[in-house]
Amino acid sequence: MKFQPVIGLEVHVQLKTDSKIFCGCSTRFGAEPNLNTCPVCLALPGALPVLNQKVVEFAIMAGLATNCSITPTNIFARKNYFYPDLPKGYQISQFDLPICLAGHLDIAVGDQTKRIGITRIHMEEDAGKLVHGQGGGSGVDLNRAGTPLLEVVSEPDMRTADEAVAYLKKLYQIVTYLGICDGNMEEGSFRCDANISVMPVGSDTFGTRAEIKNVNSFKFVKAAIEYEISRQCELIEDGGKVVQETRLFDPNKGVTRSMRGKEEAHDYRYFPDPDLVPVVISNDWIKRVKGDLPELPETKFNRFLTDYSLPEYDADVLTSSRPLADYFEQCAQSCNNAKSAANWIMGELTRSLNDNGIAVEKSPVSPVQLADLIKLIDGGTISGTIAKKVFEELWKNGGEAAAIVEQQGLAQVSDTGAIETAIDQIMAANMGQVEEYRGGKDKVFGFFVGQVMKAMKGKANPAVVNDLLKQKLAG
Amino acid sequence: MSINQHEIEHVAKLARLSLRDDEKQLFTGQMEAILAYVETLNELNTDGISPTSHAVPMENAFRPDCVTPSIGHDRALANAPDKNETYFRVPPVIE
Repeated sequence: MKFQPVIGLEVHVQLKTDSKIFCGCSTRFGAEPNLNTCPVCLALPGALPVLNQKVVEFAIMAGLATNCSITPTNIFARKNYFYPDLPKGYQISQFDLPICLAGHLDIAVGDQTKRIGITRIHMEEDAGKLVHGQGGGSGVDLNRAGTPLLEVVSEPDMRTADEAVAYLKKLYQIVTYLGICDGNMEEGSFRCDANISVMPVGSDTFGTRAEIKNVNSFKFVKAAIEYEISRQCELIEDGGKVVQETRLFDPNKGVTRSMRGKEEAHDYRYFPDPDLVPVVISNDWIKRVKGDLPELPETKFNRFLTDYSLPEYDADVLTSSRPLADYFEQCAQSCNNAKSAANWIMGELTRSLNDNGIAVEKSPVSPVQLADLIKLIDGGTISGTIAKKVFEELWKNGGEAAAIVEQQGLAQVSDTGAIETAIDQIMAANMGQVEEYRGGKDKVFGFFVGQVMKAMKGKANPAVVNDLLKQKLAG
Repeated sequence: MSINQHEIEHVAKLARLSLRDDEKQLFTGQMEAILAYVETLNELNTDGISPTSHAVPMENAFRPDCVTPSIGHDRALANAPDKNETYFRVPPVIE
């Protein structure tokens, strides 16, 4: 039997606020356990939550950027369950009136565009963290309790692991562009639950789904979904039945495993939280947020095509993150050669950044330094090959491209006299090859170019070398 | 609306309460009486009245996104029945 997988994703986006959603404690990651806590996030009796306005603004931004409608009247609800990382015994979340409804994102599938529906986005608080192996018990750290989250729920519109990853990457790109999430996946700022089922091809009734919890890298999402699809297909083919359950992905073994025992807890008995008054969002507020939205990836991509005449591939790579796009724009505007800026950024710069594990916004070579280097190439002062050496120097020791070229005597030689002398010597020393060339063996030309460049220590202007060599070899 | 003993058992389990058989019976009757009383609200005509989530006529109570001092782990842990370093310690939780 052939199966059709059906995938829906729930993504938790940690919002980049300074303080928690319902109290003034810091959201800083990595503090000593329970340092960033207060009566509200510790759930001490009588403590009352007050909503952080920025959370609402960030949620509106996310909704507008994902084509959702914004709910005019929002209420918070209590989601009741017991777990040691949840001090109140309930999580403050939203239930029947989430802040954003019915949006979508378009993803690229091969050379097609596919629309993935977004059912809803709601605001909620994160739980604390459990640490295991604490002298016969588990440790509870409530620093994260009360950190603001958006939960973004997609429609079950994806059919392959690749589509799911494309959707996730798109959503990730948007929330980091908006500046509402720091995007640090290792620290859990963007994590994903995947709902997966399979049905016979041609069927229109979804199969029973399993939910895989808390997968926090694109690579693991792909592996977890692919494993789960094959597990379910094999199970059905062997005459078994998929049971609705929560599963955990084990990245070391590449398998998903059942998490038993949490099933009955799915009765959350939501009800409106009486401690928090309704949030009413006026059209003026929405308009104001809309006016302040930064340029989004798709708009930027299209602008890069028209303003800088870049090929689609380049525009796509350069708009993959906002800092990279900003770097490119500063460099391109400063050197007035967008294509060359794009090539350097996608080539030398990206390679050096990746090799050293450095983010583009912390690049030791600034956009203006790179632009100055490109200007030297465009002005004929140095060749592309020499430029790579200058780039390495800029990367290691900083400084200015022009000064490095001057100090190290790297300026290109366009002086025909010096080049002619070198050519004459090389031709004299390699008469055999000269004869071959003259006998019609064009390939030998490359050999001469190489020899001349070597003799000139790479500094000869390649165009001049080519011209002179052709003349002289022709005899 | 009536409630049966099975539902009382379910709710007790969700609330982590263990009830004796006679308690289950007692609470089934009491809960039924409470729900029957609340049921009288259904006699009112609520056409055109939007659902009420809050009794206080107030909206948009916000605070700015500013960090205020936390109380620190010593005070946070002061009433903890059990702790380990600066963690609250609970019976082992298996994920």
